[in-house]
Amino acid sequence: MTTPLLQLEGVHTHIGAYHILHGVDLEVPRGELTVLLGRNGAGKTTTLRTIMGLWRASSGRIRFQGEDIGACPTPEIALRGIASVPENMGIFSDLTVCENMVLAARAARRAQDLDPKRLDWIFGLFPALRRFWQHPAGLLSGGQKQMLAVARAIIEPRHLMLVDEPSKGLAPAIIQNLIAAFRELKQTDTTILLVEQNFNFARQLGDRVAVMDGGRIVHAGAMADLAEDEALQHKLLGLSLASHQ
Amino acid sequence: MSEQLPMLSPAATAPKVDKLPTVRLDRLPLLLLPALALAALPLVGSVSTWVTLTFAGLAMGMIIFIMASGLTLVFGLMDVFNFGHGVFITLGAFLAVSVLTSMPTWTESERLSVNLLALAPALLVAMALTGGLGFIFERTLIRPVYGQPLKQIMITMGGMIVGQELIKVAWGPQALPLPLPAAFRGSLVMGEAAVEKYRLIAVALGLLVFAAMSWVLGRTKIGLLIRAGVQDREMVESLGYRIRRLFVGVFVAGSALAGLGGVMWGLYQQTVSPTIGAEVNVLLFIVIIIGGLGSVGGCFIGALLVGLVGNYAGFLAPKVALFSDILLMVAVLSWRPQGLYPVVKR
Repeated sequence: MTTPLLQLEGVHTHIGAYHILHGVDLEVPRGELTVLLGRNGAGKTTTLRTIMGLWRASSGRIRFQGEDIGACPTPEIALRGIASVPENMGIFSDLTVCENMVLAARAARRAQDLDPKRLDWIFGLFPALRRFWQHPAGLLSGGQKQMLAVARAIIEPRHLMLVDEPSKGLAPAIIQNLIAAFRELKQTDTTILLVEQNFNFARQLGDRVAVMDGGRIVHAGAMADLAEDEALQHKLLGLSLASHQ
Repeated sequence: MSEQLPMLSPAATAPKVDKLPTVRLDRLPLLLLPALALAALPLVGSVSTWVTLTFAGLAMGMIIFIMASGLTLVFGLMDVFNFGHGVFITLGAFLAVSVLTSMPTWTESERLSVNLLALAPALLVAMALTGGLGFIFERTLIRPVYGQPLKQIMITMGGMIVGQELIKVAWGPQALPLPLPAAFRGSLVMGEAAVEKYRLIAVALGLLVFAAMSWVLGRTKIGLLIRAGVQDREMVESLGYRIRRLFVGVFVAGSALAGLGGVMWGLYQQTVSPTIGAEVNVLLFIVIIIGGLGSVGGCFIGALLVGLVGNYAGFLAPKVALFSDILLMVAVLSWRPQGLYPVVKR
């Protein structure tokens, strides 16, 4: 069996006086898209932020490519090849779309330094970005900002993408566009850990699924198995896929 | 991490693209400057007096901008209120006294070029030493209190008091004269209006600093990082950049600019006392609040407004001039509670 790209073992996270993660065990296999599901407050976003080093795990281990990254500062974690698309998208609204992309490409000093082949590929995924290249990112619509957030994460090749609720607040047409883009990304063997509440969105993309509740992983397995098992969906998520279609 | 980019599927190539709202430069704060100047003209009465007052106000504003620009970036980037900023101004002014008084033949020369050659080392020494002091200040006083605003206020004010006392030890407690170099003295007479030569130099230097800062912030990657960090430092770190290092750089640059401003302010006052920085500190905070905390453009407009209002009020109603800065701040914040150019932060 191959070693997972990312592995969390008994991770506990406290934020101030609050104990949010209660021993998270999670494996993210290489080259697959793992969906982290769960209701509000289950600890999904805290898990991503803890992996990214934005909040420190109070105990437990976080291994990336076999190495413990639990004590690494956020910039070092990013430099190891982990990209983050946070829930608030983290768009620099006063900067143009172009400037946002230049910042995300660490080696680039200006737009001309961006890899043209990769940029073309991104423009193919998200044509709006080409059109609004020199516009302030703050003027983009919610869906376009989400596209920019994903584009920033893929402007350079990364080992792992952490994506937090990309479908949140977006119109169905934009969600379909994002699904198509993530499908393209999967073809590049990029490993993705995707937090979602929209089960229909998650079902269309996920290879693996982990369900969180009360700061723990309460189920982990193949997405196909959960998608076919209505009783399990009811038990874990309090829903059935039928009610979401 | 090389990878094969896939061919695009039709679904991915055909999203619906909406129009964006038009990009509009917020010109209203910019218009405040000519509006204020024109409103003052009938009140002042004489065009020549008005020209003199306006130039004096712009020069004062430019020097205030040089001193305040670092302060606004330091706050914008790391939410650090540095109440000790004044100590860099004081040190810069005293260093100017030492450097310029050690070059009497240069400063007493009637040739402008020789005077400028005397001013240059004063500016460079002041910037280098205040930048160095800024590095130590950040390491020893600011770093332990990140994210703790009350402690920041206390410790940076304490740092300024200690710094002032150390300056008294080095230069003595008394105020020292800082005469203008010979060619900087006097005025240029244009018709009936007289514009002091030194004020022209201050305006030119202020514009140069503003242009340099605009170029760095707008055209370089470091500038992009600073602007991005002011908005969302967590995201900047998530992209792989060490914001603390960036902050140290900005703090050192801001301290060096305060030192540069200290030299110019000292020459403007022509007397340097150990409290020169502390006295102007409140004014700098008023300027960066008026401009919008973290905004360099706002700081520039705010400083010019403060300079103009101070000079017009000093001429028209000297008693009002004592609190004209506060009145200006109240008026601006009543109109725009976040300042002229608010910075969107997360």
